[in-house]
Amino acid sequence: MITFDKTTKTYEGNVTAVKGVDFTVEKGEIVVLLGPSGCGKTTLLRMVNRLESISEGKITIDGQDSMSLNQTALRRKIGYVIQSNGLFPNMTIEENTMIVPDLLGWSKKEKKERFHKLMEMIGLSGEKFGKRYPHELSGGQQQRIGVIRALAADPPVMLMDEPFGALDPIIREKIQDEFLQIQKEVKKTILFVSHDIDEAIKMADKIVLLRGGELMQYDTPSEMLVRPKNEFVREFFGKDRAIKSLSLHTIEDLRDMIGLAEFDDAIADTKTINVNHDLRNTLSMLLNQEADQVIVSDDDGNKLGAITIDIVQQYLHYEIKAKPAPVLEGV
Amino acid sequence: MEKWMKFLEVNSSRIFDLTIEHAILVGLAILVALLIGVPLGIYLTTNDYLAETVLQIASVMLTIPSIALFGVMIPVFSIVNQGIGFVPAFVALVLYAQLPIIRNTYTAIRNVNPQMRDAAIGLGMKPIQRLFRVEIPNAFPVIMAGIRTAVVINIGIGVIAAYIGAGGLGVLITQGISRGDNYLIITGSVAVAILAMIADGILLWIQKRFTPKSIAN
Repeated sequence: MITFDKTTKTYEGNVTAVKGVDFTVEKGEIVVLLGPSGCGKTTLLRMVNRLESISEGKITIDGQDSMSLNQTALRRKIGYVIQSNGLFPNMTIEENTMIVPDLLGWSKKEKKERFHKLMEMIGLSGEKFGKRYPHELSGGQQQRIGVIRALAADPPVMLMDEPFGALDPIIREKIQDEFLQIQKEVKKTILFVSHDIDEAIKMADKIVLLRGGELMQYDTPSEMLVRPKNEFVREFFGKDRAIKSLSLHTIEDLRDMIGLAEFDDAIADTKTINVNHDLRNTLSMLLNQEADQVIVSDDDGNKLGAITIDIVQQYLHYEIKAKPAPVLEGV
Repeated sequence: MEKWMKFLEVNSSRIFDLTIEHAILVGLAILVALLIGVPLGIYLTTNDYLAETVLQIASVMLTIPSIALFGVMIPVFSIVNQGIGFVPAFVALVLYAQLPIIRNTYTAIRNVNPQMRDAAIGLGMKPIQRLFRVEIPNAFPVIMAGIRTAVVINIGIGVIAAYIGAGGLGVLITQGISRGDNYLIITGSVAVAILAMIADGILLWIQKRFTPKSIAN
């Protein structure tokens, strides 16, 4: 658990990067710090492991004031992933991954076991890659190594500074999915900086939206999309936020609420989609094909029914209309 | 050509001795210059103000004509009765080697990718761990390039050391000039050139051998 208590960062010359931010990252949750560039999200993240000093207020990690801990010991207890992966070119993949365990004085055997376990987690062969150097790996592989390096000593808390920002969209999406899978297993308390709204919606249990160093809203992605607290939040997520919110719901959710349509085998060229897919993808699938329905199937391939644009629209309407209208501040 | 071969045959052991003398003088000077220059270069990366001053002084040092610097050494070391010979030559060579070593070390460490440094700090490396595990290994080729420059400069300048009685291959050249003996001059010059090439070759091998493969290009 990470708690920010009126945390403030002022640089010399009275530039305030972070203004009295209050929120708590619960144990095992991913909180995404989101906002336009210069909003203080990276500064706030770097204050946690004291790469930036705290001017006022405090940050507590699992109940302990971060300033009361030894700086080096604190950093070794916090996993840290940065955008350009920060792997050391003079070390092999195994050496890179095992830096923190090495600094903590683990035995050779412990390190070896840990390395192979972590590599297994990201689906790479420890045997094959252990002795290679970072430049011999693809960007996506390097970034995965960056992630498991942060996980190496099993820290309870992880800081991720736009970890997937430098990857191309297809690889990025794959690694995001993979990371969410890993997170299900390891359940770390994660603070994650992003400037990409879609990434934030996908990764976050909760989002902290910042502007000019001030906290605009702290909420779950769906709350933020459906009930923005003020004009800035509303504008930041944009006019298409209804569509964005669709990526938070699966066909299953829709089926539970309003049910599916009967499917018609007679329609030619009908595609099939798994019931666990999100509605945003389903919608784009519907828009990109001739047939006006997509057949929904479960994991075993049984046909459950069909989905049409009308049903998605109905669901969207229902989802947003069913909830009370947002109370806007300053409007 | 035949006469020259004959000359080499007669003088081979003397040429060999002088080459060894030259190599020892330069080698010791470089060793001491390294012990001063590398730590100083590293330290300067933490002190911008001092860095500028020290690098300027070292630059000025390199512009002093070698014959003048050797000349200045004589009265200074006369105080301790070492006015001519090995000591003043050695000290002058140490001073000449400083600039390339300090400047390359300083620049190399400064230019280590800041994100790499950031990662090292964020992972919880102490400054000394960061220096030895990340910064020096990645700065190594540039530091080595500075050392190689210093060695070649010193082998060349070491020739002048013969004028203040420090021996070395300069002896052949100075004698050749005063006697008008071209064989002596050419032999001395060629020997200096070969020594410089061999020394540089060895250092280049060391540089390649110990540069992490992945940063070699």
